[in-house]
Amino acid sequence: MAKRVSLFVTCIVDQLFPQVGLAMADVLERVGFEVDFPEGQTCCGQPAFNSGYWEEARKVARCFLDVFDGEGYIVAASGSCTSMVTHHFEDLFRHEPVRLEQARRVKNRIFEFSQFLLNVAKVEDVGARLDAVATYHDSCHALRELHIKDGPRRLLAHVRGLELREMDPPEECCGFGGTFSVKFPEISGGMARTKIDAILRTGADTVISVDSSCLMQIQGAMRKAGRNIRAMHLAEVLASR
Amino acid sequence: MSLIPETAIRNTLADQRLQSAIYTATGRLVEKRKEVTSPAVLPDYQELRAQANAIKKHTVENLDYYLELFEKNVLRNGGKVVWCRDATEVADFILRLAKERGARLIVKSKSMTTEEINLNERLAHHGLEAVETDLGEYILQLAEERPYHIIVPALHKTRYDVAEIFTRKLGVEREVVIERQTLIARRVLREKFLAADIGVSGANFLVADSGSVTVVENEGNARLSTTAPKIHIAVAGIEKLIPRAQDLATFLKLLGRSATGQPLTVYTSVLSGPRRAHEIDGPDEFYVVLVDNGRTKLLADVEKRQSLFCIRCGACLNICPVYRKIGGHNYPWVYSGPIGAIITPQYHGVMEDSWLPFASSLCGACEEVCPVQIEIPKILLLLRAEVIRAKAREGKDRLEKLTFRLWAWLMQHPKLFELAGTAGAGLLGVSAEDRWIGQPPGGLAFGPLKAWLSEREMPAPAPKSFRQLWRRRRKAHGA
Repeated sequence: MAKRVSLFVTCIVDQLFPQVGLAMADVLERVGFEVDFPEGQTCCGQPAFNSGYWEEARKVARCFLDVFDGEGYIVAASGSCTSMVTHHFEDLFRHEPVRLEQARRVKNRIFEFSQFLLNVAKVEDVGARLDAVATYHDSCHALRELHIKDGPRRLLAHVRGLELREMDPPEECCGFGGTFSVKFPEISGGMARTKIDAILRTGADTVISVDSSCLMQIQGAMRKAGRNIRAMHLAEVLASR
Repeated sequence: MSLIPETAIRNTLADQRLQSAIYTATGRLVEKRKEVTSPAVLPDYQELRAQANAIKKHTVENLDYYLELFEKNVLRNGGKVVWCRDATEVADFILRLAKERGARLIVKSKSMTTEEINLNERLAHHGLEAVETDLGEYILQLAEERPYHIIVPALHKTRYDVAEIFTRKLGVEREVVIERQTLIARRVLREKFLAADIGVSGANFLVADSGSVTVVENEGNARLSTTAPKIHIAVAGIEKLIPRAQDLATFLKLLGRSATGQPLTVYTSVLSGPRRAHEIDGPDEFYVVLVDNGRTKLLADVEKRQSLFCIRCGACLNICPVYRKIGGHNYPWVYSGPIGAIITPQYHGVMEDSWLPFASSLCGACEEVCPVQIEIPKILLLLRAEVIRAKAREGKDRLEKLTFRLWAWLMQHPKLFELAGTAGAGLLGVSAEDRWIGQPPGGLAFGPLKAWLSEREMPAPAPKSFRQLWRRRRKAHGA
């Protein structure tokens, strides 16, 4: 019997980029997993947590824990949301022993999509094909909290027809930062422009990331500047054939 | 209490010359740091960071013990320790000493602690002249500005700016060649060194077991300031302590590399008391002024007191995408960048500059380069929560609070969350092919929506959310 995985698609993907969730399910099924979507899920609570509203964040995070408590792997469509669960739930629930225990259990079962493919499914080549010249954007929480750096690049190296070009510098933030993007729009927009310049210098036609929030910032700023480079989540690239 | 300096930030962002000056200077420091801390060049870099963190943690947690040990050893070396609660006490001590000794002129080497307490202004107010001798600091003193950067104070000044400042303030002919500008400063400053009665320095490290003050620098001005005048006063925050002289081996390896990408700075001075009878150089009197100025308040907080580990290398400023956009002067205090964003609210109170901890995308680049592993993003998060709690108590920002409460309520109701998206998609009337909107319907935008659209387009909710598409997919698969 195929192993079962539960999707955590994140609120952004659910409402704004549903194709990413579908792509993730396609790839996971292709590599032999049975995919399940717990319908009670919404958000990890990060927007409130990062904005200083810990009480509100806890309410949402408790929901998350209740929905995902149990057995089996959880695969998330975002490095940032994964990191919220694995790195920040313990801070959030430090005064609630029962929730803390729950958070620690979930922490060991949840994986960001590329992490899951490489470390659990142990596949590098998912049989994808995409004719594109692409550059990969390291999203900050995936990079610095989950240490996701080579993984997505290894997966992309096996995509037929895809040429990967590194931007310089690859590791600078796109400027999204959740509510930072609307509390400090000019700074955030300035950071996005620096990121876009780095992307454009590569001559790529596609920018890829493991976080839809970064891609929303990059693509939104790109469109505002009249440049429309395609932005794709890693799952969408790997689902292409 | 400060508000977001929106206009000043906008001006900084719009100044192309300034933007490129900041970006180039910080970029160069980032590259150099990366080179000299790479595994090929410094294989034990990460171990050194962990070691430095452990030493600082131990010292800060036993600060009372090490402060007394330090004082005992300074006394044994023939020096004196002066304990100061705040800026006024420091200025009072120096003014009193200057009066007793008939001193009129002070030469100073670079010190952020004296910037923090506005020492120069306080002394000038009582007719005592203090001249900065670090070239960057000297330029800024002439320009009457505060440091733009912890390590590179005049980072924002071009050589043309410096030419103008020198002409105006020193009455010299316009000179735009950097080497010759340096010679002009050198000529003026040599006279000051020879005439000075007192030398004031900062301290990079206070070594408890030897009672010595360690100062690192590249220009030789600190060595002159601390040895030429008859009196040397080192002004330092109490958190500058390290337990043993041998710990310098750890910290000196990290400081130069993190700050300027140098394996070691050009000069490293370890100053242990006044000149002994058999020595040629050195001051007759040696004082170490230990400044609290709010530091003990930080000590009380178990999670955030790691902010006191900072060795002022400036690496977090250089790597910070926010600092690289807004520069140093838009921060409310002399400490800018990520370290400024975490210590300013702790020294002054979170409600004083309540916007500051929020001015970060939480990208985490600062923590990654911090030589003493301060968890800057985590501290920013804790400060944000403190600000929000304080605002709730004071009844401020009620609309935002209400928004998050509504949001949290919605996120606990998946069915309603689903409907909200569908409603949004319908309301915006977008097509499935292109959901990006540059302008809101009817041009009406306010609050976060307006802020977002001012810099970016925005995707409208998909006509069918993932969960709706998922149900359809499962049906199609016959589940």
